[in-house]
Amino acid sequence: MTGRDGASCAVTQDAPTAASSSHPDRSAHPAHPAPVLEVRGATLAFHGRTLWSGLDLDVRPGEFLTVLGANGSGKSTLLKALLGVQRLGSGTIRIQGESVARGRRRVGYVPQQRLIPTGTPMRGRDLVALGVDGHRPGVRLRGRRALRARVDAALAAVDGTELARRPIGQLSGGEQQRMRVAQALVSDPALLLCDEPLGSLDLHHQQEVVSLVDQRRRSHGTPVVFVTHDVNPVLPATDRVLYLAAGSHRLGRPEEVLRSDVLSELYGTRVDVAEVAGRIVVLGAPAHLDPHHWEEGA
Amino acid sequence: MSGLDALTILAGHAQWWHQVIDFSDYGQLMALVRNSIIAAAVLGVVGGVLGVFVMQRDMAFAVHGVSELSFAGAAGALLLGSSVVVGALAGSLLAALAIGLLGARARDRNSAIGVLMPFGLGLGILFLALYDGRASSKFGLLTGQIISVDGPQLWWLVGICVVALAILVAIWRPLLFNSLDPDVAAARGVPGRVVSMLFMLALGLVVSVAVQVVGALLVLALLVTPAASALRVSASTVAVPLLGALFGLVAAVGGILLALGGSLPISPYITTIAFATYLGCRAVGAVRDRRAA
Ligand SMILES: Nc1ncnc2c1ncn2[C@@H]1O[C@H](COP(=O)(O)OP(=O)(O)OP(=O)(O)O)[C@@H](O)[C@H]1O
Ligand SMILES: [Mg+2]
Repeated sequence: MTGRDGASCAVTQDAPTAASSSHPDRSAHPAHPAPVLEVRGATLAFHGRTLWSGLDLDVRPGEFLTVLGANGSGKSTLLKALLGVQRLGSGTIRIQGESVARGRRRVGYVPQQRLIPTGTPMRGRDLVALGVDGHRPGVRLRGRRALRARVDAALAAVDGTELARRPIGQLSGGEQQRMRVAQALVSDPALLLCDEPLGSLDLHHQQEVVSLVDQRRRSHGTPVVFVTHDVNPVLPATDRVLYLAAGSHRLGRPEEVLRSDVLSELYGTRVDVAEVAGRIVVLGAPAHLDPHHWEEGA
Repeated sequence: MSGLDALTILAGHAQWWHQVIDFSDYGQLMALVRNSIIAAAVLGVVGGVLGVFVMQRDMAFAVHGVSELSFAGAAGALLLGSSVVVGALAGSLLAALAIGLLGARARDRNSAIGVLMPFGLGLGILFLALYDGRASSKFGLLTGQIISVDGPQLWWLVGICVVALAILVAIWRPLLFNSLDPDVAAARGVPGRVVSMLFMLALGLVVSVAVQVVGALLVLALLVTPAASALRVSASTVAVPLLGALFGLVAAVGGILLALGGSLPISPYITTIAFATYLGCRAVGAVRDRRAA
């Protein structure tokens, strides 16, 4: 796994200017390909409450980074910062060496569950097609056939062929979510950001989406930043974990972060990480910080 | 027309029916309002298309707000004796761009519009009160009238609509993407700010024309109702704007043609046709849903 190699570089403080001033020759360093995503000293606070600070992060081609944390710990906000729609308090974010504050972005993004209203004049396939050419000016005139083939393939991959002709607003939450995954993947993005894409999926479709994303990063080298509440479905794919809590964070391989001592220190109170029937469960994380884990521990 | 007269008398109706429908001298009137019909036709089409995005972006209230300020601008121009087209345009663009700058958060936007709208209406009424010209052109800016649009004015109105349509077509896909999900669109490189501001520009342009044709109070009949009707019968990205344009055209032109026969403002005719279309579309949609179920 390329990502395991990348992990050691995550906290190094090598000068960001060196990485950004030119595009490093990737073929010269096959073991250490240039990071696709570089975050340096990222800090963000709302109304005096710090979400995260001093965040340094390199995500290299093909790496699968899982972001964990309580409700309100700033996971979605982090993804929005990576998209360039949320400004940082301080620090820099670069994608493919280019600052996200400007420039053309080629990022696939699956937003946290937001239902598309009924009465949206769009069918399943239209939503996916926007992932291909939604950023192009004008109306779609040429290339309909090639587009159709791409969209069909993306739909088939999420088991959504049946949903292609249905009005998007009439699809269930999970069906919409699968359409969004197809929309993000069809664009062949440089980076894939997923905000709880497993939210309202049944077990079968959870596995399907995880393996789809996993396959994509292996075949295309697309790095993945994957926000989730339950680490278990993505644990086999995860290279590194970024755990956000109480304005602080821990970054490392799953076995380095998902440990009682590490999380206890992070939360500032006793937290137990246990393995129950092959699943990792976090017990005793403060309720006001993380109601979800209480439920899971109960 | 004698048949109609007989009918009226039989029904025991006195004068009011003639105000609603009276088709004597129709041909002569037609020639007089040819320009208005052309303006209304273009407005109907562009309004129907724009309305699809107004619905998707949840901006019906913003349309109403912009039209009140457009009304104020037009009334101000009337008072100053300058061009009503320019006045309506200035008020409308100012309001549209201000609302665009307020950003996307619907709640902030709506409260700001709620504050702006009565101010614009009040200002417009003040201007009209100070103006001592023809009373019909006063009333017309609020409730619509068949202004005998003269040649140069017609080209202004048509030109403004065409520019608005050109903007919409030029940003069609990014606008669709941004309306559906601004963050996902931004991830793919759609500049949300630019797209929203261009949309508001198109909206301001169309509203300024609509204020002069249907009047400020009834702009929604051409900018929301046709698109809302289309959304009832279709979910296709292609069919909905086309149907919206068709319904807008029928309401605007049909309204003027009917209004010619009476002495009422044109807006009741336009709004009635638009509303009837909406009811019809709801019925069609309901029947189809039941059949599908
Ligand atoms: N624009 C903003 N202004 C003020 N506060 C904000 C803003 N955006 C986010 N926040 C706050 O930042 C915190 C983190 O929000 P975020 O959506 O990132 O949480 P999250 O980790 O994704 O939570 P969840 O698990 O519930 O999805 C929340 O308390 C939220 O209220
Ligand atoms: Mg979130």
